[in-house]
Amino acid sequence: MRPISYSRVADVGTAIGTVSADPESAFLAGGTTQVDLMRIYVEQPRRLVDINDLPLTRVEELPDGGLRLGGLARMSDVAEEPAVVRRYPMVAEALLMGASPQLRNMATVAGNLMQRVRCSYFRDVAAGCNKRAPGTGCSALDGINRGHAVLGTSECCIATHPSDVAVALVALDAVVQTEGPAGRRSIPIDDFFLLPGQTPEREHPLTHGELVTGIDLPPLPVAATSRYVKIRDRESYEFALAAVAVAMSVAGGRITEIRLALGGVATKPWRARAAERVLDGAPADTDSFTRAAEAELASAVPHGMNAFKIELTRRTMVRALAEMAQREGTA
Amino acid sequence: MSPAIGGTLNRVDGRFKVRGESRYSAEVPVTNLAHAVIVNAKIASGRITAIDTSEAERAEGVLAVLTHRNLGRVATVPRLLPSLAGLAAPGQTFFPMQDDTIHYGGQPVAVVVADTIERADHAGTLIRIEYETTPATTLLDQARDRAYVPERIFGGLLPGHASRGDVTKALAEAEVCVDATYRFAPNHHNPIEPSASTAVWEDVDRLTVYDSTQGPNAVQFTLAELLGLPPISIRVVSHAVGGSFGSKAMVWHHPAVAALAARHVGRPVRLVLSREQMFTSCGHREEQEQQITLGARADGRITALRHHKLSLTSPFDDWAEPSLQSPSVAYTSPNYEGVYHLVRGNTITPTFTRAPGEATGMFALECAMDELAERIGIDPLELRLRNYSATDPESGKPWSSSGLTECYQRAAELFGWHDRDPRPRSRQDGQWLIGTGMASALYPVTQPVNPQRARARLYNDGTAVVEAGVSEFGTGVFTAMTQVAADALGIPVERVRFVGGSSDLPNVTAAVGSAGTSAVGSAVHLAASQLRDELIRRAVADDHSPLRDADPANVEVRDGKMVLRDRPDVGETYADLMHRTFAPDVEVLGTWNPPPQDAGYGVHTFGAQMAEVAVDADLGVVRVRRMVGVFAPGRVLNRKTAHSQLMGGMLWGLGQALLEATRMDPRLGRWANASLGDYLVPVNADAPDVVVDTVEVHDEVVNPLGMKGVGEIGVVGAAAAIANAVYHATGRRQYELPITLEKLL
Ligand SMILES: Cc1cc2nc3c(=O)[nH]c(=O)nc-3n(C[C@H](O)[C@H](O)[C@H](O)COP(=O)(O)OP(=O)(O)OC[C@H]3O[C@@H](n4cnc5c(N)ncnc54)[C@H](O)[C@@H]3O)c2cc1C
Ligand code: SF4
Repeated sequence: MRPISYSRVADVGTAIGTVSADPESAFLAGGTTQVDLMRIYVEQPRRLVDINDLPLTRVEELPDGGLRLGGLARMSDVAEEPAVVRRYPMVAEALLMGASPQLRNMATVAGNLMQRVRCSYFRDVAAGCNKRAPGTGCSALDGINRGHAVLGTSECCIATHPSDVAVALVALDAVVQTEGPAGRRSIPIDDFFLLPGQTPEREHPLTHGELVTGIDLPPLPVAATSRYVKIRDRESYEFALAAVAVAMSVAGGRITEIRLALGGVATKPWRARAAERVLDGAPADTDSFTRAAEAELASAVPHGMNAFKIELTRRTMVRALAEMAQREGTA
Repeated sequence: MSPAIGGTLNRVDGRFKVRGESRYSAEVPVTNLAHAVIVNAKIASGRITAIDTSEAERAEGVLAVLTHRNLGRVATVPRLLPSLAGLAAPGQTFFPMQDDTIHYGGQPVAVVVADTIERADHAGTLIRIEYETTPATTLLDQARDRAYVPERIFGGLLPGHASRGDVTKALAEAEVCVDATYRFAPNHHNPIEPSASTAVWEDVDRLTVYDSTQGPNAVQFTLAELLGLPPISIRVVSHAVGGSFGSKAMVWHHPAVAALAARHVGRPVRLVLSREQMFTSCGHREEQEQQITLGARADGRITALRHHKLSLTSPFDDWAEPSLQSPSVAYTSPNYEGVYHLVRGNTITPTFTRAPGEATGMFALECAMDELAERIGIDPLELRLRNYSATDPESGKPWSSSGLTECYQRAAELFGWHDRDPRPRSRQDGQWLIGTGMASALYPVTQPVNPQRARARLYNDGTAVVEAGVSEFGTGVFTAMTQVAADALGIPVERVRFVGGSSDLPNVTAAVGSAGTSAVGSAVHLAASQLRDELIRRAVADDHSPLRDADPANVEVRDGKMVLRDRPDVGETYADLMHRTFAPDVEVLGTWNPPPQDAGYGVHTFGAQMAEVAVDADLGVVRVRRMVGVFAPGRVLNRKTAHSQLMGGMLWGLGQALLEATRMDPRLGRWANASLGDYLVPVNADAPDVVVDTVEVHDEVVNPLGMKGVGEIGVVGAAAAIANAVYHATGRRQYELPITLEKLL
């Protein structure tokens, strides 16, 4: 690790002021991504500003009936929060299926959205990687890319966005609250994650020193009937090969409301709008689910080892939708 | 007093471990300590054309930057010999940083020594190295056409090819044939403690190295040759070792580098490998492919076995893990041919990885057996029974002990094997296809070559210290040795302290090949028994002893008291005798001379494995639901630690079957997943219900206590049982490990 200076701040203003004043600085929350990447020299800030003392750790009710997750709320705390478990079960499930208990006790939800990709070439400073070192090429295109994305890719980068909870948040149209040198912003979550395109180094619209203060979950009755399905090589402590966040209402055998997002297969937490369009108002049956999955995956692009993900995702979507419909039907 | 051997004594080091009080090699307090960090080559083949260390040298806290230009030369690189031989045991016959050539990715090219490990690590990134790159071979597929058959493998201990009968003829005449090729991903050991060496020159020519190793003496002898010093100038201490699985069985470059660096800076130097470096510094299980051809009669009797292995080795050594040995004697087969084919590639020399060879070789054989059973239409267990060999098929000699058929029987009972419907895809549980599979487990009983020694000393208060130069790397050997010594001396375990972990102690071989506990255990047993006999001899010769003139053969020791066997009221304690005769202590050195490997018996350990898996019919996800392993490992010293070893081995097999794979990027010549986040091993959530049992066999041949070892047999066959269960569940044969879900979509 490169030598660093470290300070711990107690208020939001100082945090933003300190980081925005120094281009070679970074916020330190749980450190589970930040310190990891500094140890392998992928990130090399000179200054770390520890924000763990900021009063942003709570989960609060919003006047409109929604819920605000403090930016520094720990993954494990949010996953156990009764309001989250009852009203947004897929958020709690996605959190609990991410990382390990030890990591979840340290990691914050804002840090989770900000985590970097797991592409091994991104993590290997001696390898070409457009995201880490723009213009050096993408080693994953014809390299070890079993875990890489099939949706939202570009010829510059095919790295999968690794977060689980972000997938649920995207399905719910959560809003990211930020505060920066230029004041406060509310960013719809789908705009918070950028496609790699020609600039894979740009992953989100934040300016340097802009702090994620909270994540707002809108009041959404359908979210109470939601779940997160995650397929992975091992039963725990492993990123998704394919994941589905689904919230669904069914009446008279037809889907009256649907929110669907995919994880583990796309360069950003992937709102499955094409599939949603097929499903909205359609009969809640396997045929609809299959058509929806196929509509969403029509634009999928395989790259060598990850070709299986298209079929895996199709089947996982059908599985998740069918199980959800069955639960809704019997409820 | 009930015997300690066979009981469930808690680990004597358990308290210290859970309290964090055990001192590992990187934790031994040393004053004036400096830290070394190795810098590794980023290319796999070529030459260093320029190296600029000036910026690194100027970095804060840096004491020295050593490269091939200024690191001390090693005196001689000893020949590669498995550490079981008791001599110097380098992991490979190449020592880095002696010239500018790069042979493999991750080869050490520089060492930075600084006042803190962080500063050394950072300065390492400031070294500018230019390379001239030449094409590298890092995958079998790149160089199949360059394969050769080595004369000998495994440090020269085993032949490169072997045969009996006429396999070609027998295959031509066979009524049924199974021919299959199996591919195995490379595997890494991943012990929880990365290797670490702390080198302290107490004097110009007296070196102490605190090293994480399976064999302190092997390190001592290897360092002596590398550094050109006599063994008396080198002491190797290994207080506690955080696991090894073979990564610390041989002696790699880092202890010598630590010693050279310490000499260079004139301060003690600590060198700790990073997790990533553990993937390029201590060998691995090589990428390999095995072809099995089984010929049989229509009733399932095997008439021929042809077993070829193709694997990648280093530019320096003809290394292949011995995959063919156990399969060659698993069943009666009059005609046999086994051949190793090697391809030289740009890799460190591969090495022992838990169940080295058996894990892959028995996988191939036992999957082929499953296919044969199906082809013939008999139960897989019945097929094994029909081919059971009561003698070693290689030599025709009787087994020293076997227990294999009892293992099958017991496993079948515990598992409920006999209710099995043999048809694939015959059981379903919701979305899950359910299947069961089995395999035999075989592991050779490998005898050390050199005499094994232990010292036993009894104090006049009736407590005893027993010493041997073995290290405790998590197997529970210190606990088992406490039990062995207590029983031989006739005193409770609380009055025995076992001390190991230093090359200054009586010499035993490195604890490898599942032979560690039996090697040192035999020496400890002899030392403690001879000590007891010495005290009895003194008692019967002492005019003041109640035992005077008794026949020593009629004296036994109960709870520290020597008594007449038929009149236990007559006798005296060790302490009484020693006080009366002014003896502060009595000490004996016990030496066990292992029998030669071909002492008229076939020596192998046997077992049976069964597994039930659930495979998601749509998604291909495989989950192991339960495993049963029954083994016949001879005498079990401690049921608790033995059980842990066997269960841990079975879970290793699960990892081998479903998860473990190091992925090589042939363009870079480097591993693409050298971290525990990316190299998947099973976690608790993957661990099924595991039932472990043992079958008692009495073995008078292998060693005085009849121990055959439990460290590795648990791995063998576990992956095959799982793969066979996956076939039974899905109807799809698996020829490549690990079985990841895309293979079942
Ligand atoms: C082995 C391993 C396995 C994992 N598995 C999973 C998994 O299965 N699923 C999953 O979803 N995640 C997984 N993770 C990722 C983990 O969830 C993230 O590392 C964690 O959520 C990051 O949060 P943190 O608080 O530790 O962030 P930090 O590491 O402290 O920060 C991460 C980044 O965000 C910035 N940052 C932090 N807080 C803020 C803020 N409030 N505003 C603006 N910027 C901020 C930091 O500057 C830094 O750049 C895994 C991580 C590891 C190491
Ligand atoms: S996929 Fe993206 S992160 Fe990975 S090497 Fe290519 S550019 Fe870098």
